[in-house]
This record gives sequence, structure tokens and C-alpha cells, in this order.
Amino acid sequence: MAALSEASGVSVRYGGVAALTDVDFAVSAGETVAIIGESGCGKSTLGRTLLLLQPPTSGTVRFRGEDLTALPARALRQRRRFMQMMFQDPYASLNARMTIGETLAEPLVVHGLATWRTARPRVAQMLARVGLDPGVTSRYPHEFSGGQRQRIAIARAVIAGPDLVVADEPLSALDITVQGQILDLLAALQAAQNLTYVFISHDLPVVRHIAGRVAVMLGGRMVEQGPPAEVFATPAHPYTQALLAAVPIPDPALARARMATAAALPAATPAPPNACPFVPRCPAARPICTESMPPLRDIAAHRRAACWLNEVPA
Amino acid sequence: MTETLLDIANLHVRFGATTAVAGACLHVSKGEAVGLVGESGSGKSATILAALRLHPPNARISATHLTLGGHDVLTLPQPALRRLRGRFAAMIFQDPLTALNPLLTIGTQIAEVLTRHRALSPADARRQAAALLTQVGITDPARRLAQYPHEFSGGMRQRAMIAAALAGDPALLIADEPTTALDVTVQAELVRLIAGLQRQRGMGLLWVTHDLALMAGIVDRVVVMYAGRVMESGPVAALYANPRHPYTIALLESLPRLDQGRGRVLAGGPPDLTRPTSGCVFAPRCSARMPRCMQAPPMFAAGDSHVACWLAAPAGAEVAA
Ligand SMILES: Nc1ncnc2c1ncn2[C@@H]1O[C@H](COP(=O)(O)OP(=O)(O)OP(=O)(O)O)[C@@H](O)[C@H]1O
Ligand SMILES: Nc1ncnc2c1ncn2[C@@H]1O[C@H](COP(=O)(O)OP(=O)(O)OP(=O)(O)O)[C@@H](O)[C@H]1O
Ligand SMILES: [Mg+2]
Ligand SMILES: [Mg+2]
Repeated sequence: MAALSEASGVSVRYGGVAALTDVDFAVSAGETVAIIGESGCGKSTLGRTLLLLQPPTSGTVRFRGEDLTALPARALRQRRRFMQMMFQDPYASLNARMTIGETLAEPLVVHGLATWRTARPRVAQMLARVGLDPGVTSRYPHEFSGGQRQRIAIARAVIAGPDLVVADEPLSALDITVQGQILDLLAALQAAQNLTYVFISHDLPVVRHIAGRVAVMLGGRMVEQGPPAEVFATPAHPYTQALLAAVPIPDPALARARMATAAALPAATPAPPNACPFVPRCPAARPICTESMPPLRDIAAHRRAACWLNEVPA
Repeated sequence: MTETLLDIANLHVRFGATTAVAGACLHVSKGEAVGLVGESGSGKSATILAALRLHPPNARISATHLTLGGHDVLTLPQPALRRLRGRFAAMIFQDPLTALNPLLTIGTQIAEVLTRHRALSPADARRQAAALLTQVGITDPARRLAQYPHEFSGGMRQRAMIAAALAGDPALLIADEPTTALDVTVQAELVRLIAGLQRQRGMGLLWVTHDLALMAGIVDRVVVMYAGRVMESGPVAALYANPRHPYTIALLESLPRLDQGRGRVLAGGPPDLTRPTSGCVFAPRCSARMPRCMQAPPMFAAGDSHVACWLAAPAGAEVAA
């Protein structure tokens, strides 16, 4: 099946910092793919690169088969209607000086789908769909709670009818009870508008239940991919194992038992340039892991991992 | 009889028309770890800020009892209060960037606590500061002490904050969502660190969070707040295994779990804190609502647990006039 969105061999450098190194990542239409990994591993950079909000230093980024890096600016702007980003912080991501009505009408106006006036019924309809009173259009973001603002941000991301939505930690600023409500909303919109989600998150239990596929990143590289039920049950990369071991257990006895036995993952330290990024912290590292980065390879049906342990027997 | 570190009874905190805290009670004993849990806006920060009299100037506070180490917080003169903070009770704030001074090195900030509260000489203070950084898991402390907060990663800043809080060797450590901004591996490490230090030093710990999963392995007792009121409190094992208040039940059921379902969704939102409520504040969202809930339930005691819900009323209990 052709990918809706695809990064091939993508690297991104910020000055001297390699934020992404040779990343392959593809999303099919209708899928929900989650990206997980520790802070600074490159999740947001990959999300922005897929939408070409961040141009890659090398590699190609395709959307519906078209190489976005080769498109003229005007054509790229037209494609933006079909690929949207939702940012983490519902407080910072909405323009404080725009009313809710303007915030939602703007994408329609920018993409020539409506005028400020003719946008009104669609704005009202969209507000109702995300569970807000259509009468709030003249109010400003600061008059809403975090959960309500996230609903507004979602409405803005989907109002122009995108195919692909990259949601960058859309839940992390919200309470657990509000998170559940927002997840329901995202699922309902996906069904109604046939959306494809790239869902960036650090919440493994949430990822487990909403994503059809999960991609694990570390140090700017893709280290594992597969269906969450399988990846979380039998992680193929030691870093995925470490991530899973850090997920809080909401059971006092189990949580204490684990704290008493399991060792903490040491803090991230830089690895040599060609090494596996996990090598300084990996309990199973071998000499080859320092010498070269293992490729991301198929290890089973629907599963890929980049770890020498899966390749060469000890 | 265990020594009481913090004792709060019937605390009210108001900001203009907003009643942020309405009759909260909270108790921390020596060596005990207590978790204060509740949704955003439920009054957790307002409660602990009042406990140290660090509340913003627009807050109006009243309590039938509010003591820290036996001292009446609301009437204690400023100098004595300042000695109590840092020395007796130290606080780790949610955002280390607001709590650390960007213009001073980490070493200067930790040493300052040591010279102020422990009367150490500057040389001893430096040595002790290095030892504290090591204790919170920061390697190469000599070099790190000379650095500024912006040269630390988020997780390291939190560690530095913990080191600064521990510098006064406090009897009570209050941590306001100390790990929310961090990723799971760093979070797990800091949880382990704080829990370990708490047990080692026999400190009292008040851990404020909205994360029920994270808290499970750390605390001995849990206090659940909703809309400025305590809904339920009790020993951690009993509260997770057998929650009594429908709000606590809903919170636990809403947790997504790796090995189980996505979690049940609790519909609706907290009440408007500017409007006076007569009945139970959770009633509008409660699946077990009864006519009786039009009247606010008192706190019912059952063993070590306390539940503000009519469902926990002993048979035959009547509404107090
Ligand atoms: N605009 C930028 N300029 C310079 N460096 C950047 C920029 N954006 C990101 N980086 C660096 O690139 C790396 C990857 O950052 P990115 O924001 O993609 O990580 P992330 O996985 O989204 O982390 P988090 O979970 O903290 O959001 C980090 O080392 C970061 O410091
Ligand atoms: N300085 C202030 N002025 C006015 N209202 C305030 C002030 N500080 C807090 N409030 C209000 O008091 C209520 C309780 O706030 P508080 O900060 O105690 O909540 P919290 O439980 O700590 O929430 P969070 O998890 O978001 O930190 C909220 O309605 C809040 O808006
Ligand atoms: Mg990010
Ligand atoms: Mg708070």
C-alpha cells in the first residue's frame, strides 16, 4: 500500500546538533502511528519534518507520493491544507488576540475555502463537533480551560479537511479525566473525516490503546517499530525495554516491588558518532555496537528493530 | 505517638470570589509520605502554599488549625517563619526555572541554604554542596557546582532543586508536581531518588501530583482533593485496592494501563469555584448520585480511611442539622 506520508533517509541538523539521522518512517492512510522516546530524541523534529515545517538537511519527504522538498513554495502552501500540526501546549498554540471564531475560520480563509463571513456556519458546526457551544465564537482563548483550549486547537487542525494530522503531545498538559475526553474526540473525528494521525507521546499506556503502530526513537534514530501490543509485550530493543520498565504502575505493591528490584536507567550520555545511541547505557552492549549503528531491519511480520542483538548471535 | 510535622484543619483559601480551598484537612507525621492528588485547579498548590504561608497576596486564608512543627503558621512572626521554611520544611516547586535564580551558579544557590540554615563556613558549605549533588545522582559535582541553571537539562535542574531543598536537612519535604515536565525514564529515576532519600533520612514527605500511577510506589497515605475539598483519604494500599469515594473510583478507572483497557472516561468538568455549592461538589458528575447528595456529606471515618460521601455513611446516619 502506498504511504500517505513518508520520510526516507531523513537527517536534520541544527548547527552542530544532529536532531535526526537517516530516519525512515512511513504512515498509511487511516492509520494512527505513535512516536515515543525520551526528551530530545527527535520526535517533534520528525513530526515537523513530515509536514516540511522543518526542511530536512538530507533525505526525501513525500506526501501522497509527491516529494515535498521539490515543490515550489506556492504548491507546498496548497498541500498544507491536507497536513496539519497540533502542538503540545494548548496555552501557547492558540493566538491570544484572535477570537475563537477567527481562530477557526482562518484556515478556511487562508486556503480559499471560505471568506470570513461564509466560514461562520462551518465554524459553528466544527465547534459543536468538538463539544463546544457554537456561541463561543466571540470569546478569546484565555476564557477557556486547558481541555477546552485543546478542543479548540483540534477543531482548528481539522476544520480545513486535512488527511494527515501530526499531534505533538496533545494530552500532556491535561488532566487524566480530560485526556480521556480528548482521546474520544480524536477517535470520533478520525472516524468521521478519515484522518491519519501521527501521535507524538510519552505516555505508553495511552499509545498502547490508541495506536495501530508505534515507532520508538532514540538519539535522532528510529530504533524500533511495530504494533504496540507486540512491541510492548516483547520489546526487541533494549531501549524499548528500559522505557517500558519506567512506566509507572498504579498498584502500590507492584510499584514498590519494582522500585526495590529494578535498576534505574542511567541519564543519557552522548554515544560515538557511528555507534548505536544506546550504547553508553545498554546492559547488553557488545563491541560491534560501538563500531557501527545497526540498521533498522524487519525482525518479524510488521516488526522492525535496529539492534545488533537481533542480528548476530553472541 | 508519632511526631506531627504538618497539621491542617478546615483550611479555606479564597481568591476574590473563587473559593480555591474549602475546608481541607491534611496531616503529615515524621517519616510519613503523603500524596496529595487532584485535578488541575482542585486547590493542591493553594493548600501547600498556605501551609508555608507562601500564598499570593490576593489570597485570603483561614483555618481552625494550621501548624508546622507545632508552630501556628498564621500568627508566627516573619523571622521565625523564614527559619522554619528551608530548615524545617523545604519545598520543591513544579518548575525549577522559576525556583532557581538564573544569575547564580548552582553551587552558590545550594551553599546559600547551607550557610543560612546550617551555619556552615563557606568552605564547608561548598564541600557539603558537592556531596549533595552526588547524593542526587549528579556526576562530576565540582564542575557542575560552577554552572548556571541554563547549563543543566530539565532532569538535572530538578535534581539540583532537590539538592537545594535537602541542604537545610528538612524534617518535611513538600514536592509540588516535581516530575510532570520530565519523560518517563527520568521521572522514574527521580521518584526512586526522592523515595529513597525520604526513607533514609526519615523525612516527612508531601508529594503533590495529579498522577495516581506515579504516586503509587512512593507514598504511605493518599489524600484526594476535588474542587477544593478532600473527598477521601487513607492508606495507599487500601485506597487503590478499595477506593470508596465515587470520584476516587472514577480517577482510578480513568487511568490507561499497559496491561488493561484504555480507561473509562469521566464526563463533564469540575464546578465553577466562584458559585457557592450546597450539596456534594462531585454530585453533578457522579454515577451514584442520590437525593441525599443535595446536602454536602460530612467526612465519615472508617478505620484509617476518611470518605466524604453518603455511600460511606454508617447505617442509620442522618444528615446533621
Ligand atoms: N530549533 C532548534 N534549534 C536547535 N536545536 C534544536 C531545535 N529544535 C530541536 N533541537 C534539538 O534537536 C534535538 C531533538 O529535538 P526535538 O524537539 O525534536 O526532541 P523531542 O523528542 O520532541 O523532545 P521532547 O520530548 O522534549 O519534546 C534536541 O537535541 C534539541 O535540543
Ligand atoms: N493567585 C491566584 N489568583 C487567583 N486565583 C488563583 C490564584 N492561584 C490559584 N487560583 C485559583 O485557585 C484554584 C486552585 O488553584 P491551585 O493552583 O491550588 O490548583 P492546583 O490543584 O494546584 O492545580 P494544578 O494541578 O493545575 O497545579 C484555581 O481555580 C485557580 O484558578
Ligand atoms: Mg517534542
Ligand atoms: Mg498546582
